[in-house]
Amino acid sequence: MSTLVQPAGRRPRHVTWGRIGVYAFLLSAAAFILLPLYIMILTSLKTMDEIRLGNILAWPTVATIEPWIKAWSAACTGLTCDGISVGFLNSVRILIPSVVLSILAGAINGYALAFWRVRGADLLFGILLIGAFIPYQVFIYPLVRLFSAFGIYNTLANIVIVHIIFGLPIMTLLFRNFYSSLPPELFSAARVDGGGFWQIFLRVMLPMSTPMLIVATILQVTGIWNDFILGLVFAGRDNLPMTVQLNNIVNSTQGERAYNVDMAATVLTALVPLLVYFVSGRWFVRGIAAGAVKG
Amino acid sequence: MGAVSVRDVTVAFGSLRVFQQLSLEVELGEFVVLLGPSGCGKSTLLNAIAGLLEVDAGEIWIAGRNVTWEEPKDRGIAMVFQSYALYPRMNVRQNLSFGLKMAKTPKDEIERKVAQAAALLQIDHLLDRRPDQLSGGQRQRVAIGRALVRDAAVFLFDEPLSNLDAQLRNELRVEIKRLHQRLGATMIYVTHDQIEALTLADRIVVMKDQKIQQLGSPADIYHTPANQFVAGFVGSPRMNFLTGRLERAGNGPLFVAGARQLPLDGYAFASAVEPGRPVTLGIRPEHVLVDAGSGWHGFQVEIIEPLGADNLVWCGDGSLAIEVRLPGERPVQLGTPLTLGLDPRRISLFAADSGERL
Repeated sequence: MSTLVQPAGRRPRHVTWGRIGVYAFLLSAAAFILLPLYIMILTSLKTMDEIRLGNILAWPTVATIEPWIKAWSAACTGLTCDGISVGFLNSVRILIPSVVLSILAGAINGYALAFWRVRGADLLFGILLIGAFIPYQVFIYPLVRLFSAFGIYNTLANIVIVHIIFGLPIMTLLFRNFYSSLPPELFSAARVDGGGFWQIFLRVMLPMSTPMLIVATILQVTGIWNDFILGLVFAGRDNLPMTVQLNNIVNSTQGERAYNVDMAATVLTALVPLLVYFVSGRWFVRGIAAGAVKG
Repeated sequence: MGAVSVRDVTVAFGSLRVFQQLSLEVELGEFVVLLGPSGCGKSTLLNAIAGLLEVDAGEIWIAGRNVTWEEPKDRGIAMVFQSYALYPRMNVRQNLSFGLKMAKTPKDEIERKVAQAAALLQIDHLLDRRPDQLSGGQRQRVAIGRALVRDAAVFLFDEPLSNLDAQLRNELRVEIKRLHQRLGATMIYVTHDQIEALTLADRIVVMKDQKIQQLGSPADIYHTPANQFVAGFVGSPRMNFLTGRLERAGNGPLFVAGARQLPLDGYAFASAVEPGRPVTLGIRPEHVLVDAGSGWHGFQVEIIEPLGADNLVWCGDGSLAIEVRLPGERPVQLGTPLTLGLDPRRISLFAADSGERL
């Protein structure tokens, strides 16, 4: 009975109709996203004469980087005409302290909630989470009154503090869940070894948090860079972030609308989040999954 | 003055009381094993001693000091965990020295102590590796080393060998015993493995349902279990249990199970014999005599489990089933008729209702 027996059924094929359907969907979805980007970049490289012809999908006959230079250093944002570079520097100055401090605050909060089981920790955490669900427009006016009472309204410190406050619920959630997933024995061992609150945090927990630090950085960099309303309300005239400057450039209507400059300024503003997505694609997906709880 | 003394300790999680006034005295240099099934409260007790868990009432004394409200680091203890709990971002040397650094020990002294512990545990060649580059056995050695460098008065082990495979477990078990003999330190060791308990302990604390069931030497626990739970939990293969009742015959007490009878001359009763009382008779498989001249006739070999050195043989007569441990060289066959002899001095009798030893 040693005849060769074939496995029953047909060998599975690699190209099936289902597979083709999936690829067709993915390609059209990609085109849907990429087409606007394609038009923006093309338009920003055209002269106004060419734009007036109306062929928005056509390749530029004479490519020019003039609109980019103008957008960066000479476009008018209201009365001043220094381009969007001022806004870029402002955004960087807001971004760096806001990202670093909000992540640090969230990590410390999460660490304390996960390990130092203080009485009412769960209630505290619940209240903090409710904060994440309340639309933040509700807070704006009370916060304005509060900050002007303290005399720091319309300063760099003001906008940084606001970003820390609004980043706190999601950052705390992120780090608390991460620290809760670590073996509690690790914390016990560090306590028996004589570590205090800060020593255990700085020497044991923080060095282990690299994955969460990366995810948190992505979330906060994109969130704070793209913020418009908080920057407009709290940053003050001298610190207006790039998004607000962009709006001023696009909406200041004196004479002809310079579509190529507008497009260039928009791409410039989007560059930082784009860079973050490209550099950290894998981590970004995790960040979205972690942030999905926020809804 | 004992090394560790737990006095009337009550622990509660919210409204759930875990211990009610539990007490335990551990002598200086003693190796005490807390043994019990999962959920019996043995780890909770250890964490309370370590100070990782707040007690709601009662006192804990270590080395003559009342440490009930002290931080773990100030209690003079060192602890080894089941999951090793090594700091993943530090190499072995940093793991070993972390506690000393926290205590602001001088650098040269740290180096000396780390080298000493590493040599003792034969992990000197691993000092620059990170925990994820170590095997399970090496990790647990490092975890033990981290406890050693602390110069603690009391060492606490929380199921340190449960994550290891059987071979390594045996190896490290011997090593822990050797360590105890060399250091002479007081050790409290939590496990659910009765073999670890029997091999390591000076005294065993058998726990169930948050209560201490029996406290005694391994021999006490093994030979005169205080109740049916201890009898069944300690010992592998399990003790045989036969249900029956006590009777009084002309010349002494008698155990009766169906048609079988066993005179109990020589059994040390702990309480008065009440005729007609339902009881459970327990006897370990290695204590059943085979082919004794007199005894219970009519048993047959039903199942044979060869272990190499021994054969475990299940014998039955249609109503009773008894497991017997026979030497490996003795030939046995299925269906062989056997006569079983039960020595009254080797049995245990338990009340059928409470399970307490009679």
